[in-house]
Amino acid sequence: MKLRRLLLAALLGLAAPLPATAASPAAALPGDSAYRLADTYTDQAGRGFQLAEGRGRVRLVAMFYTSCRFVCPLIIDSAKGVEHALAPAERARLGVLLVSLDPARDDVAALRSVFDKRRLDPARWTLARTEAAGVRKLAAVLGVRYRALADGEFNHTSALVLLDRDGRVLARTEKLGSVPDPAFVAAVKAALAAK
Amino acid sequence: MRAAWLALALLATPGLAAGAGWARLPGGEFSSVLRYEDTGGKVKVAPFELQRLPVTNAEFLAFVRRQPDWQRGKAPEVFAEPRYLKHWQGPTTLGPTALPEQPVTNVSWFAAQAYCEAQGARLPTWSEWEYAAAADETRADARADPAWRERILAWYSMPSNRPLATVGQGPADLHGVRDLHGLVWEWVEDYSAMLVSADNRDQGDPDNLKFCGAGALSMDDRENYAVLMRVAMLSALQAEDTTANLGFRCARDLPGKTP
Repeated sequence: MKLRRLLLAALLGLAAPLPATAASPAAALPGDSAYRLADTYTDQAGRGFQLAEGRGRVRLVAMFYTSCRFVCPLIIDSAKGVEHALAPAERARLGVLLVSLDPARDDVAALRSVFDKRRLDPARWTLARTEAAGVRKLAAVLGVRYRALADGEFNHTSALVLLDRDGRVLARTEKLGSVPDPAFVAAVKAALAAK
Repeated sequence: MRAAWLALALLATPGLAAGAGWARLPGGEFSSVLRYEDTGGKVKVAPFELQRLPVTNAEFLAFVRRQPDWQRGKAPEVFAEPRYLKHWQGPTTLGPTALPEQPVTNVSWFAAQAYCEAQGARLPTWSEWEYAAAADETRADARADPAWRERILAWYSMPSNRPLATVGQGPADLHGVRDLHGLVWEWVEDYSAMLVSADNRDQGDPDNLKFCGAGALSMDDRENYAVLMRVAMLSALQAEDTTANLGFRCARDLPGKTP
């Protein structure tokens, strides 16, 4: 486990100095795509990835952190609520990506623990972390404002953001809870139906 | 010609050339104008380095030449709105309305961040910026002095449609930093976090469940209009926004300290 983390750190360390604008595959992305962010992320299984790899799938994206007791569990509930409002065939095609606001404490083990505890489906769900600079950039693209508090908690706007297959923001909602925002669900269904 | 003289003058200033334009600030406990419930207005600023001058058009031009993805017309709109670098004559030409030694403006937060990353640096946090900007020529914290406040406020009453001065004309403060006041507004790393408050955190009403954690905010120092205006202006921005008098400078952790 320790070794794996070391390896991971080494890999991330290698990846970091690459210019954020390494051209190639991003070239074909629309200019308003969140997938223009080229930071490296790590998921709950320790796998490294870039946002643009999610291209081709409609996704819900939100930001959270694992030690948060109140609103963050609600963010997971809200994404599940959206899933439940969909037909099974729709649900299977929707990805859910939650990115930690707290990279200092949310390592792969912490993400994994929440992932398992909440019985999330790895075919659809990803819990991920990236380094602090990447967190701030993603938050900026998603319109999430946050501030670290003295006690280690965070103040943050809680939003579910809907990205189309090219990573463009289609809709967002700050109405959280297991009963989803109907307008937002309609946007999700429309995005899934679009070819 | 003037720019050439200025360059010579800068080279002749001890520390500027050799220190590559960075000043070291000792940091410490600092009393912010932003009084959050969780901090009581006291913030700890770790020692850091700050660029002595705002980033200039010439410096930013060198950056977009090295990283063409950040040139006007190439930077994706998710990172920079259409007004990005609009006062430059072309994507890699400054022209008459953008002198090399003027501070670069019309830059988005993403572009500023990318520039600093390319220097192995970052944008300063608001706390770092506010701490640095509290200094005058002789004091690390001159804010309680009415004369200091008046001098800074005078800038805000000047019309903003005049051409920007070139960098480095303001006096060097105690730390050797210039132009924190009186030239341009400056991006900070956490510009979007400052007014995040918990006022509408109400567990009973899902509509109001916008914030995690606690920490209401109040303005601690109502007399310090100059700084409060910065807070209000920065908080109103999106990261892709640009304005004609918003620039930036970079900060970095002390060598040997992991970021």
